[in-house]
Amino acid sequence: MKKLINAPEDVLVESLTGVALAHPELSVDLETHVITRATPKAEGKVAIVSGGGSGHEPLHGGFVGPGMLDAAVAGEVFTSPTPDRVQAATQAVDRGAGVLHIVKNYTGDVLNFEMAAELAAMDGIEVQSIIVNDDVAVQDSLYTAGRRGVGLTVLLEKIVGAAAEEGQTLSDVADLAARVNAQGRSMGMALTSCTVPAAGKPTFDLPDDQMEIGIGIHGEPGRHREALAPAKEIARQLLEPILADIDVTGSPAIVMLNGMGATPLIELYLMYGEVAEQLKEAGVTIERNLVGNYITSLDMAGCSLTVLKADDEMLRLWDAPVQTPGLRWGV
Amino acid sequence: MAGVVTIDVLREWLTRFRDAVTEQREWLTELDSAIGDADHGANMARGMGAAVEKVVQAAPEKVDALLKTTGMALVSSVGGASGPLYGTFFLRAGASAGPVSELDGPALAAALRAGLGGVVDRGKAEPGDKTLIDALLPAVDAFEVGLASGDEELAASARRAADAAAAGRDATLDLVARKGRASYLGERSVGHLDPGAASTTLMFETLADAIAESGR
Repeated sequence: MKKLINAPEDVLVESLTGVALAHPELSVDLETHVITRATPKAEGKVAIVSGGGSGHEPLHGGFVGPGMLDAAVAGEVFTSPTPDRVQAATQAVDRGAGVLHIVKNYTGDVLNFEMAAELAAMDGIEVQSIIVNDDVAVQDSLYTAGRRGVGLTVLLEKIVGAAAEEGQTLSDVADLAARVNAQGRSMGMALTSCTVPAAGKPTFDLPDDQMEIGIGIHGEPGRHREALAPAKEIARQLLEPILADIDVTGSPAIVMLNGMGATPLIELYLMYGEVAEQLKEAGVTIERNLVGNYITSLDMAGCSLTVLKADDEMLRLWDAPVQTPGLRWGV
Repeated sequence: MAGVVTIDVLREWLTRFRDAVTEQREWLTELDSAIGDADHGANMARGMGAAVEKVVQAAPEKVDALLKTTGMALVSSVGGASGPLYGTFFLRAGASAGPVSELDGPALAAALRAGLGGVVDRGKAEPGDKTLIDALLPAVDAFEVGLASGDEELAASARRAADAAAAGRDATLDLVARKGRASYLGERSVGHLDPGAASTTLMFETLADAIAESGR
């Protein structure tokens, strides 16, 4: 393992220490691992809390700020934060209008956020939750924990964050979140495994001439493994299962081509070019896009594709100002 | 049926459960590395360590406080899915037990049944999903059957429960996981014991040991 660290057990706190120093506009609690805005939003507005295991940066801490999240709770690497910490974040950011929890569909995250919501309710804070499950790589949700929450989380945090900022009610914000979740799909692939600092060695062994299609964001197994193919073919393999699952033909879309952490931008843009062309052939109009590292898997090489079938409200909220370390426009 | 379980015996149980998951942490982690994310042993050892520490510190005198202290400590220190599941088990068991200083057989059975109900509510798993329910449910059933037979000492019913948990754990070997991260493996999860069922079996074995020890 070659990493810029001191000791594996100190990675999370030392990274959060750096976040605090790099971003004075954020407030970082090194005890609870909760990142909040240094200047809270106005009273009477819905607050948005997200979180999950660390190792997916800039998700979630990098999306805290005006127009997006009020707080992010950072668990240990690839491990859900505990309910008391989520509750601490919820309490810290509630402005009297309730709090939306954004949870990615992993058993640990779902259970810990569910308990946190119960604890918050005991404190008299109204909490609603959205469980993001956009990963089409997990096929059969009847016999699994269901589709994983991956790239769509970024788009959803931006859109509902803007809705909360403009003063929508908790039930409106929650309805919007459900709509975004229903209309977005993602699919990922890996060229290499990631290495969890505490483990010290790659999570899985992937030979140089092979790739894994349908991976999650923790190095979970994909749909299948096969010989490394040209970018055009990889783009097709990412896009096909998405378009097979949701009809985006003739609709405007917000598209994200996301890097898993170790793939350079030159390759991500190349992939975006392939994806954009194939989407055009499929009759989809890309209205907005993101290309870059937004929801990563430590040092994994590879990428994921997210397609959100957008309506007018989603596009309007997408364009609203956002001022966070990871996304910034209109300000 | 005869006998009661005092709060001291329950305290002894928690200590023994901590010692068991600490001693078996590598085995539990090994089971988890096959089908999960390889941290069950470390997580349970850390969680029960924190729970016993909290119990010693707070020195609760009533069963509900003892079990709730344990549950909250697990919830806030284990993480993953096991934290909320084990935490809920002890929180619900404590709520069922109430502010008493000892439990007779039926009261202990009711507490265990309430704990099981909490785990089912929380995790939404069913028997056969290859989760800790596959050890927990048969253990609670067996404990009640033992008590209902009328002439069995409480200690014998607790041992019967531990044996049922172990049998349930062993039966997870051939199951396809349908919950948790192991479910992504599908058929590839067959041939591995479920780590949650393994730690649950330790929980019932140490309960039986603690009760047996107190009767001597």
